[in-house]
Amino acid sequence: MNIMTEQSLENAVGDKMNAKSNEVIKMRGDKVGVFYGEKQALFDVNLDVRLNQVTALIGPSGCGKSTFLRCLNRMNDTIDSARVTGKITLDEEDIYDKNIDVVELRARVGMVFQKPNPFPKSIYENVAYGPRIHGLAKRKADMDQIVESSLKKAAIWNEVKDRLQEPGTGLSGGQQQRLCIARAIAVSPEVILMDEPCSALDPIATARVEELIDELRQNYTIVIVTHSMQQAARVSQRTAMFHLGYLVEEGATDKMFTTPDDKRTQDYITGRFG
Amino acid sequence: MTDIPMDTMVRAAAHPRRDIGLKARYAAERRFRIYGAVAISVGLAFLAIMLITIVSKGYTAFWQTTVSLPISFDEKVIDPSNKRAADPSVLIKANYPKLAENALVAKLGINPDDKPAIRQLKGFLSEGARVQLRDIVAADPSVIGTTRDVNILTAANLDSAFKGQIDLSVEEARRKVSDQQIAWMNKLKADGVMAEHFNTGLFSYGASSRPETSGMGVAIIGSFYMMVIVLLLALPIGVAASIYLEEFAKKNRLTDLIEVNINNLAAVPSIVFGLLGLSVFINFLGMPRSAAFVGGLVLTLMTLPTIIIATRAALAAVPPSIRSAALGLGASKMQMVFQHILPLAAPGILTGTIIGLARALGETAPLLLIGMVAFVADYPKTPFDPATALPVQIYMWANEAERAFVERMSGAIIILLVFLMAMNITAIVLRRRFERRW
Repeated sequence: MNIMTEQSLENAVGDKMNAKSNEVIKMRGDKVGVFYGEKQALFDVNLDVRLNQVTALIGPSGCGKSTFLRCLNRMNDTIDSARVTGKITLDEEDIYDKNIDVVELRARVGMVFQKPNPFPKSIYENVAYGPRIHGLAKRKADMDQIVESSLKKAAIWNEVKDRLQEPGTGLSGGQQQRLCIARAIAVSPEVILMDEPCSALDPIATARVEELIDELRQNYTIVIVTHSMQQAARVSQRTAMFHLGYLVEEGATDKMFTTPDDKRTQDYITGRFG
Repeated sequence: MTDIPMDTMVRAAAHPRRDIGLKARYAAERRFRIYGAVAISVGLAFLAIMLITIVSKGYTAFWQTTVSLPISFDEKVIDPSNKRAADPSVLIKANYPKLAENALVAKLGINPDDKPAIRQLKGFLSEGARVQLRDIVAADPSVIGTTRDVNILTAANLDSAFKGQIDLSVEEARRKVSDQQIAWMNKLKADGVMAEHFNTGLFSYGASSRPETSGMGVAIIGSFYMMVIVLLLALPIGVAASIYLEEFAKKNRLTDLIEVNINNLAAVPSIVFGLLGLSVFINFLGMPRSAAFVGGLVLTLMTLPTIIIATRAALAAVPPSIRSAALGLGASKMQMVFQHILPLAAPGILTGTIIGLARALGETAPLLLIGMVAFVADYPKTPFDPATALPVQIYMWANEAERAFVERMSGAIIILLVFLMAMNITAIVLRRRFERRW
């Protein structure tokens, strides 16, 4: 908590002061490899996710960026044949350690998916579900408070405040995705993983979600997979380029999009493959 | 915008059209449509023939001919030596048919000493009159000595004759009703005394050797017990098995083998389940024969694969995105299944269960093997008492030769079909109402 307040202070002071905050590593991947059965999908990825920053994962389809993302909250556990090697830490703790409970991990590392996937329940229930199963609200009033603040943080409160009891599936695509973000925020995660959150949205909805991501950065650490170079450039502070299961290059977004070290990154960014 | 079609037109004119076999393709499609239409027509025709045959033979079973007679509950006939106060069994054993006979003799104005006429008269009314009148007296002994109008059942042959089902052009010696009986029948009909009423007995009577007093009461109760048992056992076991296999079990050789076996079980002939029930439940575990409980167990075994297959399909149809959403929020697997997957799969599970139940309701063969094909006249009070089932009752009546039994068999088929249709319609309505499109 101390670090966070210090962080926001520094953010307020100015971008030049950010040099120090860059050093706070929230999550770290150390020689991460993923196998689906016999096939290896990810090779020796060393990647740091920094606190209160947006880290964008880019690369052509099938390059392993989503696979890496899904390792960060152990969603790969749900695939029988998947096997993860190497080490991933959250606040210096190995998340694949036997002592770590996967349910607790996912409460700390939330996820927003490619296709908006609200539960076929009311808007209120969608947001309240997470806090309820984790016992975050003792009374109805507390729950109302969590739902309202989550929907506000996800910038959707004004659109839905009068129809909280209507089904979440009745919203437009962009609204559904912001509802899913609200749902993820509701359990107060430390890190939010986003798997191409705008790929199913129109440009206007995309712009709103991107705006939202930038606001959320103040309080959360965000990792986002995207196919859109512009999006990566707009929302992220750091970018990691994947290709064929390898991490090609990783660095500050400004540098990556202007003077990448690797030729593959340059080719991909300029649209020569992908 | 306008110059684009111009451009295409010019090009179309410039290039001669290639023969790409359009004519043959359309002809093939037309032929295929005709095959389909013919197939459907044939199917519908057979269905229509079946339904028409059953309904035309069976609708009369819902009507029963009775004669409304002023029965005088004569003490001299019921209790000639006035012992009923000391010995109530007198009222049970009394000669009740005589009462009905006397009333009919009076009605038709026959000389009571005309022996041949009286003999023919005895075949006119049902033997069931004994039970009818006895029940009246047993319920209220004070009726003795008074006169009361009672609708007495006619004998099955007269019932058939009244409904016009007996060919009267056949010579008298070779038909089951005599000319004299026909004459009486016409007279009573003209008087408005003999008439058809809705046949409530069809739903309430148990087994009987006389068609007019036999009904499906026992069979309906037996089938009801079995459906309850199947529902109580097959639904929870089937759903639990499906959830385990679909959501929790690792996909390996063993689960593959189990899956193949479940699919095979669904295709096993039902009589095999009957043999299993006979050897395991009755011979090995010593459960009672002919009991609805054992029938229910056998039908449970038979229905389980259907329910498991339907449930697994319903669970698998819930999109993975819902699973990811729940797990991503930190729900445990159990919470994911019971709070998200199961509610969404419920309509599919219910539909599968109802269809499984409908199949079990119409199942006959396994019940024959466990002895449910029995002459059961009394209502089964518990599922452990001897009972029959609707389809078995149909089977038993089909073995009888009398016209009145044929009619009852068709009537029973109609009732069974109505039950099955009601269940299937419920399944369809549920599916329509709760179906989700993703």
